[in-house]
Amino acid sequence: MPDVLSAPLVVEFPFTRSLGPVQSAFLTGLRERTVLGVRTGDGKVLVPPVEYDPVTAEELRELTEVATTGTVTAWAWNPAPRRDQPLATPFGWVLVKLDGADTALLHVLDAPGPEAVNTGMRVRIRWAPQRTGAITDIACFEPYDGEATAESTPHSGEFADPITGIVTPARLDYTYTPGRAQSAYLNALAEQRIVGERCLSCRKVYVPPRGACPTCGVATAEQVEVGPRGTVTTYCIVNIKAKNAMNDAIEVPYVYAHIALDGAGLALHGRIGGIPYDQVRMGLRVEPVWTEGGRHPDHYRPTGEPDAAYDAYKELL
Amino acid sequence: MRDVAIVAFAQTDHRRRTDELSEVEMVMPVLHQVLDATGLRARDIGFTCSGSSDYLAGRAFSFTMALDGVGAHPPISESHVEMDGAWALYEAWVKIQTGEADTALVYSYGKSSPGEVRDVLTRQLDPYYVGPLWPDSVALAALQAQALIDAGDTDEAALAAIATRSRAAAADNPHAQIAGPVPAGEYVVQPLRTGDCPPIGDGAAAVILAAGDTARALCPRPAWIRGIDHRIEPHSLGVRRLTESPSTRLAAEHAGVFERPVDTAELHAPFTSQEVVLRKALGLDGSVTVNPSGGALAANPVMAAGLIRLGEAAARIHRGESDRALAHATSGPCLQQNLVAVLEGESAHA
Ligand SMILES: [Zn+2]
Repeated sequence: MPDVLSAPLVVEFPFTRSLGPVQSAFLTGLRERTVLGVRTGDGKVLVPPVEYDPVTAEELRELTEVATTGTVTAWAWNPAPRRDQPLATPFGWVLVKLDGADTALLHVLDAPGPEAVNTGMRVRIRWAPQRTGAITDIACFEPYDGEATAESTPHSGEFADPITGIVTPARLDYTYTPGRAQSAYLNALAEQRIVGERCLSCRKVYVPPRGACPTCGVATAEQVEVGPRGTVTTYCIVNIKAKNAMNDAIEVPYVYAHIALDGAGLALHGRIGGIPYDQVRMGLRVEPVWTEGGRHPDHYRPTGEPDAAYDAYKELL
Repeated sequence: MRDVAIVAFAQTDHRRRTDELSEVEMVMPVLHQVLDATGLRARDIGFTCSGSSDYLAGRAFSFTMALDGVGAHPPISESHVEMDGAWALYEAWVKIQTGEADTALVYSYGKSSPGEVRDVLTRQLDPYYVGPLWPDSVALAALQAQALIDAGDTDEAALAAIATRSRAAAADNPHAQIAGPVPAGEYVVQPLRTGDCPPIGDGAAAVILAAGDTARALCPRPAWIRGIDHRIEPHSLGVRRLTESPSTRLAAEHAGVFERPVDTAELHAPFTSQEVVLRKALGLDGSVTVNPSGGALAANPVMAAGLIRLGEAAARIHRGESDRALAHATSGPCLQQNLVAVLEGESAHA
């Protein structure tokens, strides 16, 4: 068993989402410290409001303003807040039915401890000091000593400068482990060797190996050192500078190629250097160029050998 | 309707971490086990369907790489659901009903160890009103648990007893991740303690479905799917009654659960409190053996744990330990979506 590799991996996206008319009015309302619900055909007020009736699928557009006070209908106590949750100190998760609403809103409750929370307790919204038109414009709920207020009141849903979309950042952190076959491949690369794996059923050598032969559905069990020399089977000329740190230093145009390393059953990808871009051709013989401390070839350059005959690599295109 | 049966089932040993295995390396052994059990080769299979989520391990298109383990070239008839494998089984069952296939390979896998599954699962929530609050999976289950306690449906001692019973049963399950006496532990999110929560881990499962005489030829006692259905609740938690599961009830009615008593039920209840909801919705009394495998409280490879419920129920029929079993799978927060199937052994129908 080779050493198992691992590395931190962060997956992070700023999801940009457009809003429907009801969502837009609700989130813009929060920015203006106003909570809107939507009335269904049978007269129920849904908060948070949705665009379509969850029972009848009828389109809902009749907005109504509810109170910023309400009653807890369900709760749970979180003793250990997680990174992106609304409060950094222990808090309650609550479903709150705002006065004038018929359904409950999920949010958090700032309270001294679980003994201070119960179903039926009265709460009110604590607004965030900076509001942008998001559910987090409600910083949290807090205990409130007051009776339930009256009915909801009709609202046009119109505000100056309405929010029409939201950007919700989402970050997830992982510790990535590539598994047996890819760990072996990466460990060999660190020693400037390129090691594939052979399928014992069909004899094909996979580089890089992914652990299974997709034709036979069995583990690729035999390690095989390939190359280092190989043949360009096909290529393209890159004319647009890629916007990432890996490629920033590379001047365009450059050639990106499929390279069948000697002994490999399929081609891998690599950049071709050490030759003008317009002289790269199918059949060109190349070898890897390693950089100090690099864990993979920086690029491939011509070996000076005669070109490979088409028949020698046509099955690897 | 065509008679369709589960004719083979395999699962990995479920473990907290499998750092030495990629997903395909984890999946391949269970694929080989179900193929070996039936004598089928991959090219004999009419349809292949898998269930998984790339978010669990943070590995984009992992399901296409897992397909390498099937031997998918030359191209096979294949599909994937970004859901628990129980829904992949449902798709495969529909495919066989259409007559386009007589056999199907269904598999699913989940590798939760690379990430923080509590946070990962927040990304399946409503992205406008709920996702930005990052309510983790335990928090939402705890809201449901407290609602059950407030309604008088259960209490913390009864929940602890569900945990104890499940992990005692798991002592006979060699694939379980945790078994035997497990302390109730501290609150993770009150009222749920560590003992009320499923273990976090990695695992995979596979089944083979076959129709009619093909099933009889492949398995001495096929587990016939007499009915299968899945239903969903409104997505907004504040619209739902958290103490009830009308979607489970409806799916069970459509699957024919209430036509005759079942002797066994494999329920996909990752949290102890969810078993309380499911027992009510399904009308299960003391005559039914619930989760003899230990259920998701003994091993909960996310995306595979529901398929494993179908597989465990089928395996008991294969072994002659059950004649009529209910299998349930869930997806989403607080039992949002529920699938129910009824499986029978042939003699029960004679
Ligand atoms: Zn092969």
